[in-house]
Parts: sequence; C-alpha cells; structure tokens
Amino acid sequence: MKNYYKSFTPYLFLIPAGVILIVFFFVPFFETLTLSFKSYGSDIYSPEWTGFNNYIKLINAPIFWKTLINTFVYLVGVVPALVILPLIIAIVVNRKLVGINIFRTAIYIPVVVSIVVAGIAWKWVYADNGILNYFLTFIGLNKMGWLTDPDFAIFSIMFVTVWKGLGYYMVVYLAYLTTVPKDLWEAAEIDGANTLQKHLAVTVPYMMPAITFVTVMSSISAMKVFVEIYVMTQGGPLNSSKTIVYYIYQRAFENLDLGYASSAGVVLLVIIMIISILNIKFLEKGKYPTM
Amino acid sequence: MINLTKNIVLYTILIFLMIISIGPFLWLISTAFKSSTENIFQYPPVFIPENPTFSNFIDVWKQIPFPAYIVNSFTVSFFIVILNLILSSLAAYPLARMTFKGKNFFFHAVLATIMIPFQVIMIPVYLMVLRLNLVDSYSNIAGYIGLVLPFAVNAFGIFFLRQAFLAIPKELEEAAIIDGCNVFDIWLKIFIPLTKPALATLAVFTFAGAWSEFLWPSIVLTKQEMYTLPVGLNHLQGVFSANWRYIAAGAVISIIPILVFFLMLQKYFISGAMQGAVKE
Repeated sequence: MKNYYKSFTPYLFLIPAGVILIVFFFVPFFETLTLSFKSYGSDIYSPEWTGFNNYIKLINAPIFWKTLINTFVYLVGVVPALVILPLIIAIVVNRKLVGINIFRTAIYIPVVVSIVVAGIAWKWVYADNGILNYFLTFIGLNKMGWLTDPDFAIFSIMFVTVWKGLGYYMVVYLAYLTTVPKDLWEAAEIDGANTLQKHLAVTVPYMMPAITFVTVMSSISAMKVFVEIYVMTQGGPLNSSKTIVYYIYQRAFENLDLGYASSAGVVLLVIIMIISILNIKFLEKGKYPTM
Repeated sequence: MINLTKNIVLYTILIFLMIISIGPFLWLISTAFKSSTENIFQYPPVFIPENPTFSNFIDVWKQIPFPAYIVNSFTVSFFIVILNLILSSLAAYPLARMTFKGKNFFFHAVLATIMIPFQVIMIPVYLMVLRLNLVDSYSNIAGYIGLVLPFAVNAFGIFFLRQAFLAIPKELEEAAIIDGCNVFDIWLKIFIPLTKPALATLAVFTFAGAWSEFLWPSIVLTKQEMYTLPVGLNHLQGVFSANWRYIAAGAVISIIPILVFFLMLQKYFISGAMQGAVKE
C-alpha cells in the first residue's frame, strides 16, 4: 500500500499528546534535575544555583537515610509478597468452582476502592481497642500498637499495601495462566508430581513474563508509596514509617524547600532506574519491555 | 472422596481470602450503623449493630459537603477520561500504522514516562501549574484545569490503543482509501468504532484511577469547596479524629459511587488489568 498520508500527518496526530507530555512530563523531568542544584533562599520566585549543596545536605541528614532505609524495607517486604501471593491465589481461583466469580470479585474490591478509604478502614482495624487486638487477646496474646509502636508501624502499613495489590496482580496472572498448555499439567500429574512440583515445573516457567511484569511494577509502586502512610501514620511514630516520597512531599510542600526536595527526588529516580534495570536483567535477560 | 476434601480445602482458602479482602470494609459499615449509645470498642466486638441507625450518615452529610466533593471528583475524572480517550487514540494511530522519521524516538519517549513515576517530577509540575495560573486560588475553573491537564494522557493508554489498532485488518483501511476517505476519516470512521471495547476498557480504568487520585489534588487544592472525594475524606478524618462513627459513615458514603461503578462495569476492569499485562 502506498502512503496515503502526507509526510507531516503522523506528527499532527502526535502533537496533542506530545504537548501534554512535554509540558507536564519532560519539562518537569529536566527541571527536577536543575532544581536539585538550586536553592530557594530569600526569594520564592528566583532560586539560586548552589551546586551540590542540596546533595551534601541530603547525605548529612540522618532523616534522609532513615527514610531511604524505610523505603528499602518496604521494597524487600512488599515485592516478594506481591509477586508470590497473587500467583498462588490466581492458581486457586483459576478453576471452575461454583461461585468462583464472587470470590474473584471480592478479592478485586480493594483494588478499586480509594487508598484513602482503605487506609481509614485498616486504621480502624488496627486501633488500640480495635478488632485485631481483640483477636490477639482472644488467643491469649498481648495487645499490639499496630500503628503506634515504632518497631511495628511500617509493617502494618506494608500489609495494607500488599492487601490492596493482591487483586490486581491476581488478574494479571490469571490472564497469563491461559497461556499455559493444559496437557503439560496433565503430563506432570501422570508423572506423579504433586501440586507444588507441578506448578514449579510447568506453571512458573510459562509465567516468567508475568512474574517480570509484576516484579517491575510492584517494585516501582513500593518505591513511591505515600498515601497509605499519609492517611494511617503521617510517617510516625518517630519517623519509623516515613518513606522517601513522604519525605519529599513534606520538604517540598510543607517546608517549601523545593530545591532540597528535588535532590531527594533525583536520588529516588536513580534508585528506581537501577532497580528496574536489575529486575529486567535478572528476570528476563533483556526481553522486557517489548511493546 | 479426595475431590470432596480438596473442595473443602479450596473453599476454606477462598472464604478466608474473601474475609481478608472485604472484612475491613464490612467492619467499617458495621461501625457506621452503630448508635451513639452503643460502645464501639466493646469486647467481644459486636458485628450486627444493636440499634442500627442512619443518624451518623445524616450528621456527617450535614457537616461535610459531600455533594460538592462528588461533583468535583466527577468533573475532574470525566474530563481526564475524555482527554485520555482522544489524545491516546490520536497518538496511537501513527504509532500503529504509519512509518515516519523519529517513530522510534517517539515510541521510547512515551515508554520513558512509564518508568519515571509522577512522584519524582511532582515539584516542577506544581511549579508549572502555578506559572500557568492553573490553580484554584486563581479561579475554580483554573483549579479544575490544573487537576485535569497533568493527567490528560497516559503512556499505558497510548500503548493499549496502539495494540488494539494493530489488530484491525489493513484491508479495511485500503477499502476506505479507495472510497476517498482522508486519513482523519480513517481514524474516526474505522479505527475508533472498531476499537470500542478497548476504548471502553481504557475509559473505565482511567476513570477509576482519576476518581481515587489523592496525591496531586492534595498538593494543588487550597479551597475546601474544590476538594475531591479522597481529599475531602482525608480532611474529614482530621476533623472528626476521635469520632469513629462519623469517620466510618463518611468513608462508607464515599465508597458507594465507585463500588456501584465497579460492580456494573466489572468485565472492563478485569479485561483492562489483563490486557495491560499480556499485550505489553
């Protein structure tokens, strides 16, 4: 087929989306980089170049390291749970049982509900005299300060993040499960493999693209966690649940320290890049993304 | 016999998962219906309220402008959806069907926006809407525009529609050219109608995402009358910090619209999540 369009036509179609992406993505992206070398001193409208000052301040701020460590704790705790649990759930719900759609729908509901509502619901479950502590006392344990104990608050919030992501990744895995040839499962059963062996030997290799996708996506979303913390603990107690995005938000929009906050943003960007590249290299050896 | 045991185990797991998934919401609903004379911290907890009452809902509804929040959320989400549908389907067309200089560059530029989260660039985006006067302190309309424009197009949407466009047979395009259609006609009369299911899926997904967005509105909004539902709900949580009956009632009110929306359009949610993954 000969070209039925003029040479500039493709660009006309790209312009509207392109303008939005340039104004609200690419310009801000480069401005994040430049802002990180600037400081808003006396004048809010004209920041001054201050070289690596923000980065030096960042490195010397214990709270920055604290939020960085918290973010890594989040990553290490949340990602494996969000890679493995939804896969198991998907395998469980991937069969024709009576009422299976009701269960799938119920598991998906946390995904659609706003994280603010979810945070409030769990705050109530985690309350000092709340229902979860009742179950603890019921089985003879002591009450816990789920959101008030500095050793524990971050883990309570991590649980909410995992809980809210289960349904989404379950559906992702369900989509991929249709690509696994059924006769391979049958062959594994005939060979006497138990359920676990069957899925490790057959399902997991076929699911590798999905596993890579879920690992990359859940890693990025773990690195940028914010709202559930904002709603449930405000980063406390004693900054024990404060992550890097929370820190950026606070320095930028509460202290108006935009340059300094931008340098923390650049650090976050670098970490996200490194983690995404590592994920892709290790899991799929360069096959991703293939859009 | 083995099958029966197996099914009992499966249903036990499923019921457990269901309780974990919706239990916190049910507990919130239970609390919202408890009257002020009932102790909500009672041990053992009482799931069915002794004297169920709507009074918490009525009180909260009187004190918090929910209709305004809902209108704000709906307006913002609606325009985000419309713009995403138009801009993504326009951009998807040349990426799916045309050859041109810099195609690869455009492709990767769009891809880059997926890898870099909004949280990294939110500070300059904020400065940008300030410079453009797109904030509610300027005017309410400007405030709406500032909430919408940064999310008016999304790389996932572009790739998703590009994938849908790729599946349309070339012969249809050729026939249209012979009939004298220009390139815009082909986009409007062939690609758009034939990809309605994909457009619907994208619309539903975008709407749900915009509806629950919290970070951006919480950064830019200064007027309470401009609050979207999630921002208003978080505000309510602060106002009634000790009154869990009211907080619960407010949360339940705010959940209803999106839950109805989800239960009505479930298949689009599921197909969206599936395609987003499979077709990448």
